[in-house]
Amino acid sequence: MSNLDQDKFHYLLRLADNSLILGHRLSEWAGHGPILEEDIAMSNIALDLIGQSRGFYTYAGTIENKGRTEDHLAYFREARQFKNLMLLEQPNGDFGKTMVRQFLFDAYCKPLYRELSNSKDETIAALAAKSLKEVTYHLRHASEWMIRLGDGTEESHTRVQKSLEDLWKFTGEMFDNSEVELRLIENNIAIDNSSLKSEWNKTIAEILKIAGLTKPDSERFMSSGSFVGNHTEHLGYILAEMQSLPRTYPGAEW
Amino acid sequence: MSESIKNEWPLWEVFLQKKAGAPHEHAGSVHAADKEMAIQNARDVYTRRNEAINFWVVLSENIVATQPEETGSLFDPANDKTYRHPNFFRTPEGVKL
Repeated sequence: MSNLDQDKFHYLLRLADNSLILGHRLSEWAGHGPILEEDIAMSNIALDLIGQSRGFYTYAGTIENKGRTEDHLAYFREARQFKNLMLLEQPNGDFGKTMVRQFLFDAYCKPLYRELSNSKDETIAALAAKSLKEVTYHLRHASEWMIRLGDGTEESHTRVQKSLEDLWKFTGEMFDNSEVELRLIENNIAIDNSSLKSEWNKTIAEILKIAGLTKPDSERFMSSGSFVGNHTEHLGYILAEMQSLPRTYPGAEW
Repeated sequence: MSESIKNEWPLWEVFLQKKAGAPHEHAGSVHAADKEMAIQNARDVYTRRNEAINFWVVLSENIVATQPEETGSLFDPANDKTYRHPNFFRTPEGVKL
């Protein structure tokens, strides 16, 4: 693998892990949604995300050229090898917290995929273009819930505001660039994450205003380092559940 | 009416259009608190398998329907009015029906 391919491989894992971990988290709601329609909506979004991760993993495996498939990359890596944003592995909490997590991420993902659809790597560009349509809907869905819950009852407002405060410290690292990304940005393959921040801020401010929610203080401490494998304790539990079957019965099919 | 039913969100009827120019046809219903949620729920429940290119949602209570007990007086009188059908006109040659 050339150095450039090596970088691409890691960048694709980042994109894939983001989608897979959030998709898995959302899938935990299946059968537990607040109403039938919302249960289906969350399952749809989970499936969109897992579909995205499959595309990214498969392409990562192709670039690596060691015969690893999407399944190898999803099920046979350890927590320290996962590169997903820490925000996405945070527990679902109540429905409002799930929507806050979704909203904070979707507002970042939409401009990311839009810019990435101009990547010099044509496969990445195509995967991003496909994902962009999905994420545009996800953002619309989550934004509506932010407004409804923020501007809803005193109870819903208090809970969503608290979730916003709790999750805020995981939003900073979305705009960091790892060394891998910096090299890929030079080659017009990856997107400079810091360039997405102003649009993200704008989306967040706009929706929070309508929802009557307060944006947490942006000067506070931010967790970072998921690109190099630093995670919160929650990721291990997700992987234990997600990976136990393929690890117990490698190659299992049904 | 029990508490749980009173607290339910309103019901909306969903009408899907399969392709451009086709009529909107009734597909089913969803519960939703407002218009935007009704659109999203209908999208997620009824269009996940490419069923539509457009759809309408209408508050169920806004649909005015005929009552079963009126069926006789409304529709039976049409039974013996065959002259209302265009069967008595001769179709010009070459016209397909």
